Parts: sequence; structure tokens; C-alpha cells
Amino acid sequence: MSIGLRELRRKPLRFGAAGAALVLLTVLLLLLGGLLDGLYLGSTGALRAQQADLITYSADAKKSLIRSRIDEAERRQVEAVPGVEQVDGLGVALLGANVPGQSDVASAAVIGYQGGVRGVPDPPAPGRAYADRRLEAAGVEVGQTLLLGPQREPLEVVGWVDDTSYLLQGGLWVEPGTWRSILASARPDATLADGTFQALAVTTAPGADPAQVAAAIDGATGGATTTVTRDDAIAALPGLREQSSTFTSIIAVTLLVAGLVVALFFALLTLERTGLYGVFKAIGASTGQIFSGVVAQAVVLGALSFLFGAGAAWLLSLPIPAAVPLQLEPNRVVVTGVALVAMAVAGSVFSLRRVVKIDPASAIG
Amino acid sequence: MPALELDAVRKVYTSGDSEIVALDHASLTLGDDEILALLGPSGSGKTTLLSIAGGLLTPTEGRVVVGGEDIGGYAAKQLTAFRRRNVGFVFQSVNLVPFLNARENLLVVAEFGKRDKKAARQRADRLLGELGLADRMQNLPAQLSGGERQRVAIGRALMNEPELVLIDEPTSALDTKLGEQVMGLIVSEVKSRATAAVIVTHDVRMTHFADRTVHITDGRLDAGDLAQATEAGEPVAPRAPVVAG
Repeated sequence: MSIGLRELRRKPLRFGAAGAALVLLTVLLLLLGGLLDGLYLGSTGALRAQQADLITYSADAKKSLIRSRIDEAERRQVEAVPGVEQVDGLGVALLGANVPGQSDVASAAVIGYQGGVRGVPDPPAPGRAYADRRLEAAGVEVGQTLLLGPQREPLEVVGWVDDTSYLLQGGLWVEPGTWRSILASARPDATLADGTFQALAVTTAPGADPAQVAAAIDGATGGATTTVTRDDAIAALPGLREQSSTFTSIIAVTLLVAGLVVALFFALLTLERTGLYGVFKAIGASTGQIFSGVVAQAVVLGALSFLFGAGAAWLLSLPIPAAVPLQLEPNRVVVTGVALVAMAVAGSVFSLRRVVKIDPASAIG
Repeated sequence: MPALELDAVRKVYTSGDSEIVALDHASLTLGDDEILALLGPSGSGKTTLLSIAGGLLTPTEGRVVVGGEDIGGYAAKQLTAFRRRNVGFVFQSVNLVPFLNARENLLVVAEFGKRDKKAARQRADRLLGELGLADRMQNLPAQLSGGERQRVAIGRALMNEPELVLIDEPTSALDTKLGEQVMGLIVSEVKSRATAAVIVTHDVRMTHFADRTVHITDGRLDAGDLAQATEAGEPVAPRAPVVAG
């Protein structure tokens, strides 16, 4: 093994082509992964921030927050279900926000809530909002009054909250009355009565089985509601599944290409090394000893290429504008690194057959 | 105990319907500190004999005993372990590892054999010192002359303290003077360790370094020399002065 590593140290240029390819593939993998994470996190923040286990929609809304309506009577039915500890109303209005001093309209999600949201204080006074930091990039500042929707409803920003966007629109967290009035001014056809929300965030009692409680809620409302776990609600967000499967497919193909690059490189290297490996075998090296050297080279090549690639991806991400939902998450970086090294090892395994077939007698004559 | 015993060894290669007899009932006994020159033209079977003696090839028929160990029925893994333990090779094209320095080229053998690292380093240093390469230990093969590379190869062959050293055309790439120096060094190193050696050569001028010479033609060992070989009890001393180089 150490012979292989010494070759890598003394003749690094020999590995330059494969290393450069892996560096570029790492950059591609991390940027794709960063975009996927950015899209996912930017789309799901408002739902991920809910402390509740369950989200209840009206049955005809097909798990769409915008289409869903739950009135006060239904809410009372939900609250009465055994195993339900707390119910908080939730509603969203997607619309443009005019930011003082900015020519562009910022995309915002005005979210009416009653509480139970991680990282977001209790609802502010009417006409005020906690703004998601995503809106900072659009020029929003604390203390400003934003003008929302076609009717230019004023909303004063009183503080920042993090990671609470909805469908890539920065969250503006307001008390329910403010949300209803903004929604009504933007879409008069969607005016809601007091006490009506789009969905309910349901916290189950300790020890209660969320799945059973969800079924009991939908039973109690006579099928007028659809109650799902928070994760299911996130997965049901429009386009999220398609987004995720598209990016995951591209990432998988890129990893496969990385494996093929390594396989091809080591196949050529082994071909070039046939004579040397023959000598190694003649002087008593086992196939395992020779092959472990090849694998060690693949591991180090993969790991170093990944480190350089990660550095390059980070540098490339710096000038990317905040509007692009690119987010390099530590988890993603670690998983990509492990996957790349694993693919490098898998690629190098293709050389095993060739190493096995090398005849020690080829060293003589 | 003889270092090498070949008894009616046959090696046949098949190519389609035809058979090529590379070695035909070859019998040979080599004393435990004897140096044998195996002389023959190209294609005579000398490389095949060397490969079979070193456990690189298995014979089609016959018995091969090295240092009292009958390797005729060994599987590939056993042969690998046997070569690692008992045999040293000096290859015709030297075949040093290009990215390892002289000292590391010797230590490769210890690494494959999982030997004690400190002892291996000491042995490598001692061997390179004896071979006149004490100040060239850190040089890569590309930084060494042809003769120096050949000396490193000799050191590598002796690293595992073998019972039998097999040397393939050691002087083919060297001029006469350098060839003689290298041969002298081989004889000196092998004799000082009471190790047996088979030197394959087609250069008659080099045979006087050996205790005896066996001719091989068309896979058959020369009958006269074979008789001399089987009678050989006490190997004779080298007939040429040892030249350190």
C-alpha cells in the first residue's frame, strides 16, 4: 500500500489528469447539491419551522396551503380530538412587496400565525412583521415599512427571523388579522372570515401516536380535512418532489461519471504498470498487496481532489448573487466527499481483474 | 541439502493442436553454495528452467525441490509465499521501481514479506554498502548508471536472505568491462552468504565466474555437463578474481 502512496507523492503529475477531472466533478457535485439544498430549504422553511407534528388541510385542497380553508367550527372539532394538545392556525399569502428605495419588487410570503413556530417570537402587533433574512438581499431593513400587494398595504418590519421562507419567497410573519387583511386586499375573491385559516398546525400530546391522531382528526371532521405529518406536508409542496428527483438524478449521473473517470484512469495505469506488477508478483507480492496499493491511490486521489474541488466550489459560490438559491450545507459537503471517495474506490476495483491476471513469469524473459 | 533439484522436469506449451516442448526431461542438482551458469542460445529453454526453479512457472511433469521444499504441487498462493521466502531474482531488464530510491527498492521486498522494518532497513543499508552504493541510497533509478542499477537489483535479490538466487542475463545490457565487474560482484555476494545461484547467460565469456556451466539446447540439458552436475559434490571456488565495483 505504501508503495502506491509513495508513487502518488513522488509522481503527482501522473495523477494530474484524473485529479483535475475529479476536482471539476466535485465542483459540479457541490454546486448542484448546493442548489438542491438551497431550493429545498428556501421552499420549506415556513413548514420546517413549525413545532407541530401534524398539518391539517381541508380535504379538497389536496394538501395545498393556498387552496385550503378551515373555518372555526372545524377547528373546534379538531381541538376536541383526544391526543391533540395544541392547535395553531396558519395561512400564507404570496405577493410582491415594495421596498423603500428599491426599484424591484421583492417576492414575499406573508404568513399569518398564532405561535408554535421555532425561531419566530409570538405574533407581533397588527401591521407589523418579523421578516426572513432572505429579504435582506432585496434591500429590506428592520424599521422599514413595506407596501404589499396591488393595494400597497403597509407592513412595518420589526425584526429578523431565519430560515422561514415559503416557496423561495421570504417570510413576513404577521398576526392572523393582518394576514387576512393583506390577503383580502390582494385577492378580494379570497377574503376569509375571522377565525378561518388555511391550515392548522396540530401539536399532539406527549405519548400520542401522530398517525392515529391524524386519522382521528379526519374522522372527527367527517372527512372534511386531510391531516398529514409535517414531513408529508413538506413533500407535498408544489414542485418539490420533481425538483429533488431531477437534481438527485443529475448528481447520481455525475457521481457515476466520477467513478468511470477513475476506472478508466486506473485501467490505463494498470496497463502501463503490467511489467512492474509482474516484477512485484515475481518477488513475492500477492495480488491483494498490489491491489491494496491501487485502492489506496484511489482513496487519496479521491479525497485530495474532493478537498481542492470543495475549496474551488466555495470560491465560485462567493460571487453568486443572493437571489440564486445556492446553499453549501456541511452535511451535503460531507456526503459528497464520502460518495466521491467511494466512487473512486469503486472505479479502481475495475482494475482488480487485470491485476489478478498479471503473470509473475512475465517478469522474466 | 542441495539448493535445487530438478528431476525429469518437462514443460510443454500447447498452441492450438501443436505442442511446444520448452523443457524436456531436465534433471539438475545444485549444491547449497554452488554457482551454476546456464548457457544456451535464445529459445533454448533456459528462461523456462529459471522460471520453474524460481516458482514462477509450474512444470508439466517432473519434480522441483528448492532447499528441500518440493514445490511441484504448489498452488499460485503457495508459490507466491515461496518466492517471497526462498528465492531472489535479478531480472534481465533490472526492473527497479522507477519512483523509489535505491534503498526503497530493496525495502520493497521486506514490505511484501512483512518483515521487521528496522532489521530490513539495517540489512538494506548493509547490502548497499557492500555493493558500493552507500552514497547512492537516496538516488532514484533514473539517477543511477546501468551498473549501479544492476547492483541495486542484486541487493534486492539478496534482501530476503534467499536459499537460491536466479539471475537472468545480468550482463546483456552492459559492456564487457562493466559486465565482468557485475559478475564478480554477484559471485562475491553470493559466495559470502553461502547461497546457491543459477546465472542464465548466452555470453560464454561470463561462464568462468561460475563453479560449473551447463548447456541447454532445445529444452535439453547438455548430457556431459549433466553428468558433471549430478556428480558435483564440492562446488569449486570461482576461477576469476572478484572485482568489487
